[in-house]
Amino acid sequence: MKQNYLVLKNLEKIFGSGKESVKAVDKVNLEVKEGELVTLLGPSGCGKTTALRMISGFELPTSGKIFIDGEDVTTTPPNQRPTTMVFQNYALFPHMNVYQNIAYGLKIHRMAEKDIRQRTEAIMDLVGLKGLNNRSPAQLSGGQQQRVSLARSLIMEPKVLLLDEPLSNLDAKMRVSTRLEIRKIQQRVGITSVYVTHDQEEAVTLSDRVVIMNAGKIQQVGTPQEIYAHPVNYFVADFIGKANFLEGRVADILSQEEIEVDIKGVKHKVSIPNNTFSEGDRIFLVIRPESADLEPKKPGAITGLISQVIYLGSRMVYEIEVEKNFLTVEITNPQEHKIYSIGEEVSVILKEKSLHVIPYEEIKK
Amino acid sequence: MNSSNRKIQEITGNLRLIWKEPLLFVFILAIFYFLLVFVVFPIFQVFKTSLIIDKQLNFSNYLAVFSKRYYYQPFFNSMLLGVYTATIGTIIGFVFSYALTRTPMPFKNFFRMTVTFPIISPPFVVALSAILLLGRAGSLNSFLTKIIGDYTIYGLGGLIIVETIAYAPTAFLVLYGILQAIDPSLEEASMDLGASRAKVFYTITLPLATPGIASAWLLVFIQSMADFGNPMVISGNFRVLSVQAFLQITGMYDLSRGSTLAMLLFIPTIVAFFLQKYWVSRKSYVTVTGKPTGATIKQLEWYIKLPVYFCCIIFTAIVFLFYGTIVHGSFQTLWGVNPTLTLKHYVEMYQVGKDYLIDSLVLSSIATPIAGIIGIFISFLVIRKKFIGRGVMEFISMLTFAVPGTVVGIGYILAFNQKTIFLPFVMTGTAWIIIILLIFRNMPVGIRSGIAALQQIDPSIEEASTDLGADSSTTFRRITLPMIAPAFFSGLAYNFVKAMTAISAVIFVVSGKWNLITIAILGFVDNSMYAQAAAMCNLLIVIVLIALGIIQLAVNRIGKGVRTIDIVA
Repeated sequence: MKQNYLVLKNLEKIFGSGKESVKAVDKVNLEVKEGELVTLLGPSGCGKTTALRMISGFELPTSGKIFIDGEDVTTTPPNQRPTTMVFQNYALFPHMNVYQNIAYGLKIHRMAEKDIRQRTEAIMDLVGLKGLNNRSPAQLSGGQQQRVSLARSLIMEPKVLLLDEPLSNLDAKMRVSTRLEIRKIQQRVGITSVYVTHDQEEAVTLSDRVVIMNAGKIQQVGTPQEIYAHPVNYFVADFIGKANFLEGRVADILSQEEIEVDIKGVKHKVSIPNNTFSEGDRIFLVIRPESADLEPKKPGAITGLISQVIYLGSRMVYEIEVEKNFLTVEITNPQEHKIYSIGEEVSVILKEKSLHVIPYEEIKK
Repeated sequence: MNSSNRKIQEITGNLRLIWKEPLLFVFILAIFYFLLVFVVFPIFQVFKTSLIIDKQLNFSNYLAVFSKRYYYQPFFNSMLLGVYTATIGTIIGFVFSYALTRTPMPFKNFFRMTVTFPIISPPFVVALSAILLLGRAGSLNSFLTKIIGDYTIYGLGGLIIVETIAYAPTAFLVLYGILQAIDPSLEEASMDLGASRAKVFYTITLPLATPGIASAWLLVFIQSMADFGNPMVISGNFRVLSVQAFLQITGMYDLSRGSTLAMLLFIPTIVAFFLQKYWVSRKSYVTVTGKPTGATIKQLEWYIKLPVYFCCIIFTAIVFLFYGTIVHGSFQTLWGVNPTLTLKHYVEMYQVGKDYLIDSLVLSSIATPIAGIIGIFISFLVIRKKFIGRGVMEFISMLTFAVPGTVVGIGYILAFNQKTIFLPFVMTGTAWIIIILLIFRNMPVGIRSGIAALQQIDPSIEEASTDLGADSSTTFRRITLPMIAPAFFSGLAYNFVKAMTAISAVIFVVSGKWNLITIAILGFVDNSMYAQAAAMCNLLIVIVLIALGIIQLAVNRIGKGVRTIDIVA
């Protein structure tokens, strides 16, 4: 399994010039292993689509390099690169039927008709389009169109498969079933893939690793677990899942893997893989809603008033006001726990194993 | 049985809705009446007259079509000219629109304005310029004679050159819209799968553009067939239907033969119109909604770029040459003889043509707003309201655009030369016949742009207005009209231009009392007073540009920036 199958080196893209210039992609470095599915995740305008288009060849980088399987493809035109893309709007050729759409790339490369037929039938089987050869794109449902687009790209057996928000045009339920299918096919074929989305649930369920981007820069790269449990900064912690942030300071360094923090006089132990904090550093304590329990008010713990109660069946979501901050706490299986009501004073008990610490930042709301 | 029951229910249901709004009902009836009287009746008159010889029903005109030279020759000539012009014009239009949408050519706006300029100029300016340049006393004459020997600008060759310059812009506008509307991700997907630039063009771009190309071809063909001004000036011995019909009616007073020639002109153009509207445009995968999707322009190989740029530059140079000659020619003392610059032609032109100018301005200014209002109203009815005969209304109101001006003109004098059951007075010789002719000739453009604009407005916006209590006319006034204002004004602009530069239909209905500037120019040309003709052409062009400028300012004030020239595609 090749390690540096797809390499982005100091990739940059600047649009416009002078005062009007926009840095869409800002010194992005990434190494993707062969067979890996990596997702570029971030809000609109973060640069993920521009980065994808540079990998596919439809945008020329302002600076930086792109390597695929050791070869420098930075300036290779898109029709000569070993990449294919699944477009957001599918881009199916309206004047060709399903078969012709899928076979198009092979036809261009002058493959023998017999071989084309064999490969096309096989791929149509793989993605679940059997029997739809003669339909025109206008006669297909959104999910089917998406599969044609996928088949058309896969049949080329590219070194890198690129997917530009392929599920955004599907309804919610279809999205969930289709993304699992895409993942299955990708793993079955073993194709190195770069996936772009703004939906963090999608990213977390599909990917081997997630690349979180904001304003053109990579914020963090890691497995879904790493990103969720150990976000490196406020943006990542806030973007993935829900999080509560409490200001504080580092009180004591207990070991390479454990520190103690001081939140408004209350001390908490937090485990940190590879600590880089020093005593006295300002920090945010990151508390996921599921990382806390509620108990009736007791001394020595974070205390506040319940301001909102939302019943979701399998969980109860409480909003607690603690000195002008609002903490969200989720209790799973509420029937097994005490249920609190609005106005009650409660203490928030933190589950130390799932706490996390990030550097303090001025947050512009 | 069930389906016809449902149909009846639908019709009565619609009638009931309309009945609840009596004002609307009256308007619909009124419009049907006007369309019947001023569109259907005149055309029918032409048809009827072609069947009457010496006051008796007689088919012999049609039987003679293939045997009599004076029938089949102009027919064949017109068709030949049409095919040449359409083919060359479409190629030029395609090259230009490809250059402007798919290459990184510099100064795109400049080239676009140049290639669309001939659309607003009077119809025979190019022919006049051709005479000044390439006629016997033409400035390029001696130069060219040395190269290609003796030639004459009068005839098929000259007409092809002139009509191509005049009508290639139409092809350009259609193809520009089509190429812009092709989803760029289709071409990207093709490249992504390994296709070279050429393959992308042949397998994706061209097939998707083909209906547009056919559309453009047919539209230029129709315009060439219907062309009257240019052939009047330089057809020489090459007889074409439009001119022959005119000569038969006004010169020889042979109504029967003239009407037959008009019908021979009518048939191919109406067939082409049908093909374009109902067959070709249905086959298109590309919806030109008016919103360009922003085709990405990529670097092209030099062997594609250079020939394309070269063609564009040559055509642009020719346009400048021809129009520049008109300007230049108007200031020369005696063309080909005395090149000293003078203003005397302008003075003379003003003295002689002042009344024509005023007449044109007055009549156009009256006809234009009326055409605009009726047009926008019809487009509203056709798109938003359901009633019996809606399709018929749309079809008839388009008819006057499809039908060559010659046919319409002849129809008007045949129809309104005497009192009829429709009108209790004779209209020929009055200002009204000119105004009404101008209205109904140009109305289709306003209707088309109105329809296009309305199709882009979500019907639920108007439904919301109705839901809150407004009736049809209030909704139209307060909601729809402001939203389609830009389209309305661009329709007005086009109407005014066409009214000021009209000739092929109106030449039949002008009289001693009311005359038009275009007729005056033709008169100058007839008398070989080319400099004065050029001076008048310049004046006309300037007036048109000023009017367009004013309307563009109004549009900018009111709505988002819209191209003032809105072509029927």
